[in-house]
Amino acid sequence: MQELLRRYGVGLTAAFIGLTAFWLLILVILPNVTLFESSFRPYLPVVDVGGPLDTYSLNNYMKVFGVPVDVSVLWMTFQVPVHIKIFFGTIYYSTLVTVITFLLAYPLAYYLAKVVSPKSLPTLFLLLFVPLWVSEILRSFAWFIILAFKGPLNALLLNIGLIDAPVRWISGYNSVIVGLVYTYVLFMVFPLYNAIQSLDTNQIEAAEDLGAPWWRIHQRVILPHAKPGIASGSVMVFMLCAGSLLVPTLLGSTSAQWFTQTIQQWMLEALDWNTGAAYAFMLLILCTVFVSVVMRIFRVKLSDIAK
Amino acid sequence: MSAGIELENVVCDFGNFRAVDNVNVNIQPGEFFSFLGPSGCGKTTILRMISGFNEPTKGVIRIGGKDMRGQRPNQRPTALIFQNLALFPLMPIWENISFGLEVRGVDKATRRKRAEELLALVDLPDAADKMVSQLSGGQKQRVAIARALAVEPAVMLLDEPLSALDLKLRQHMRAELRAIQKRTGVTFIYITHDQGEALAMSDRVGVMSQGRLQQVANPRDIYNNPVNGFVASFVGENNILTGSVQNAADGMASFATPIGTFRARLVDGANGKPVKLYIRPEHVTLSEIPGKENSVPVTISDVAFEGNFIAVQAQTENGTTLVAELRNDGAATVPATGSKLHMTFDAQRSALLPDAVGGRG
Amino acid sequence: MHKNRNLAFHLYMALFLAYLLIPLIIMGGAAFNDSKLPTVYPWKGYTDQWFIDLWNDNRIWIAFRNTILVAVAVAAISVPIGTAAAILINSLGGRIRSALYGIMVAPILAPGAVIGISTLLFWNKFSVPAGLHLSVLGQVSYIAAFVMLLVLARLQSFDHSLEEAALDLGATHSQVMRRIMLPHLYPAIGAGAAIAFFQSIENFNITLFTRGNADTLTVYVFSKVRSGITPTINALALLLILFTLGLAVWYELNRRRKARIEAAREAEGRRAEEAALL
Repeated sequence: MQELLRRYGVGLTAAFIGLTAFWLLILVILPNVTLFESSFRPYLPVVDVGGPLDTYSLNNYMKVFGVPVDVSVLWMTFQVPVHIKIFFGTIYYSTLVTVITFLLAYPLAYYLAKVVSPKSLPTLFLLLFVPLWVSEILRSFAWFIILAFKGPLNALLLNIGLIDAPVRWISGYNSVIVGLVYTYVLFMVFPLYNAIQSLDTNQIEAAEDLGAPWWRIHQRVILPHAKPGIASGSVMVFMLCAGSLLVPTLLGSTSAQWFTQTIQQWMLEALDWNTGAAYAFMLLILCTVFVSVVMRIFRVKLSDIAK
Repeated sequence: MSAGIELENVVCDFGNFRAVDNVNVNIQPGEFFSFLGPSGCGKTTILRMISGFNEPTKGVIRIGGKDMRGQRPNQRPTALIFQNLALFPLMPIWENISFGLEVRGVDKATRRKRAEELLALVDLPDAADKMVSQLSGGQKQRVAIARALAVEPAVMLLDEPLSALDLKLRQHMRAELRAIQKRTGVTFIYITHDQGEALAMSDRVGVMSQGRLQQVANPRDIYNNPVNGFVASFVGENNILTGSVQNAADGMASFATPIGTFRARLVDGANGKPVKLYIRPEHVTLSEIPGKENSVPVTISDVAFEGNFIAVQAQTENGTTLVAELRNDGAATVPATGSKLHMTFDAQRSALLPDAVGGRG
Repeated sequence: MHKNRNLAFHLYMALFLAYLLIPLIIMGGAAFNDSKLPTVYPWKGYTDQWFIDLWNDNRIWIAFRNTILVAVAVAAISVPIGTAAAILINSLGGRIRSALYGIMVAPILAPGAVIGISTLLFWNKFSVPAGLHLSVLGQVSYIAAFVMLLVLARLQSFDHSLEEAALDLGATHSQVMRRIMLPHLYPAIGAGAAIAFFQSIENFNITLFTRGNADTLTVYVFSKVRSGITPTINALALLLILFTLGLAVWYELNRRRKARIEAAREAEGRRAEEAALL
């Protein structure tokens, strides 16, 4: 504080604090407090808001336990409430997408950081950045076209004889996974690249020189060094997946619901904003828990993740 | 135009750390004054207090007789030259130089004219429209000086501005700085850890250690008559012998050491304090026969020819190593390694000195 | 052995680029296919019909105008907020710094749906109806964090002795800000404004919950894709891609030109250095 005043004087310091306070209080903290508060209130006609019926309860949260459906895990079948199923489905498939993007991105990041000649890097990066400059909705739309029943993928596979009849790609969660991987894989590539790139190449060469096979060099030298990058990429990809609404809506079939879609139905179709708030709050908690777990597992700080 | 500076009982604490401890000094208008000391001795803190970036915890700083308490850096008649020069990389040279005038609302034509005058003064006539990155280290140095001079400061403060330069350039810039100071008549306060720089440029030098001002004197006295062991060691090489004072009278004393008893000067104020014997290598003579007093037999163990002088290392009988520097006047005989000679110290030029004053308390 | 390994890597890179780019090419190509459905197969011949349809579609133009207005507003609000927050946090230390930093970057990680709904509910308390103004506020809440991160990174390379030098030369705090600090930050502020602008154009989740009845391009495309689509969307997509790509290339070329100028200056500085030592 002293430091600020000494460097910037009273007027500017007040302006900085004012702008930051507007952002953090009015745009971030208070809306979230409102979200939390609203999530405990019932959905009432306008005249009853603030009246005797407007009391706090957990009813909105209890709605996840309604409408049971059958779920099969391996050979067992359970009765699970549909929203619970969607919630855990979202977690499961988001995790799956995170793992797939990591497997796809790691060799690429290693290649960019340590194999390719630095001369071709700017061009490669420009090419890699192209999809990032294209909006998410158009990227999902591209796959919507490709995966269509009468689309180019089926046509190609039929022509080269890999399949005999067109495949309905957009069914279940498969197409959602394809779309999410495509849309978010670059958010894994860049943090991994940054992390691997900062590793001193001498360390890799020293390990080679000491006779370590390539897989052991990755396991003992490169992967440990890339930990902050893995954490950062995983958090980004998971968050984007769990929070995605476009991709599941465009590429998902009716049987493959995403938790954000459930929230959207409460908000925009049922117009029950308070239940929507409760569900949104659950999603927020899920994300917070995920970030904390990743930070704990990888022993990284928030500032390492947000780069 | 130029102003004197008084520091009266100045103390500066950073938390529990006392960076500057009770410093008193009176710098004359137009003087070239250096604060000399190792890093962490508090000299930079003194500079920052004079320029207004730090406030003294206790004590008073006066510039031109005026108490500077509460005066912010932009209100003081000082101009600071930063260690890294702090030239503005996004402005062309002439805007850098005239920045101080710009913020005072001087119109552009006048600023440009003044910038060119100053560039001529620092001998960089064609640089006005260049960018900072286009200049060499020495040229940047001159721009920094010109920028500081533009605001017509009464006092110029320089924080080790030559430390980033190449050795040869550094020696050239010493003369340059000195010349600019004489030309402009501005009071220069110069901070350095390089004793050569301080001695070569300054009218007076203040040697600092551990936040305390150890000695303020002209360069010759600093070197020839250091008041304590720290000053003697910091500004040059010494043979240092430990022992005890036998008898003292008229500023001279006998000093018993493991390799013999020597007569030496006992400096004022050293009475009663523990002292050591300091003899500069160039004040040592080597001869075949022992001198009248202060002689010790030695065996030459190493001779290094350094060009303008010859560095000799010798061992006494009990294994103490002593060094001598013999001037190379072309005719001097170079002693051979292994030869047995006598080393003699000039009593007037050998000094019994106490340790530095005051640690950090 | 290394050679084989590198070959495999090169091949992987090529496949990956194909994986990234072919879908976009297919999507763009479908804009020229004379077929009612957006596809490239079967190819029914070249047409510019879809671009003409696009030109005549009024709703798209309204959505386009809305998108640009929102993006400009978001950039205009996010940049001062993000810059101020970066300068603020850069002068702080210890616990307060990490706490503030945490709150600032959290909106980047928070799902857009959460931000959208919380913004809607909060302003609803003050009887502010849903609409694009809420979309702007919701988007600013996380886009300001991007600006903050960019400016903060740039601040790290700022030499604070420049501030002190300017103060010492008699500048006031606001003169230091205008002449020294902001010029240093301009590249980051510019990049921040560009990112804010494009993030806003892209934004779907927050906008969907806060927009009321107004359309932005993403929301419009979304509704079009769900209710029967024609390749006009592909035509729009192609134009958007070309537009953003054009901007990206222009930005990159500009950056390289500036880097070249700076490199030439530094080379001159080095030559001057060497000349001085002779």
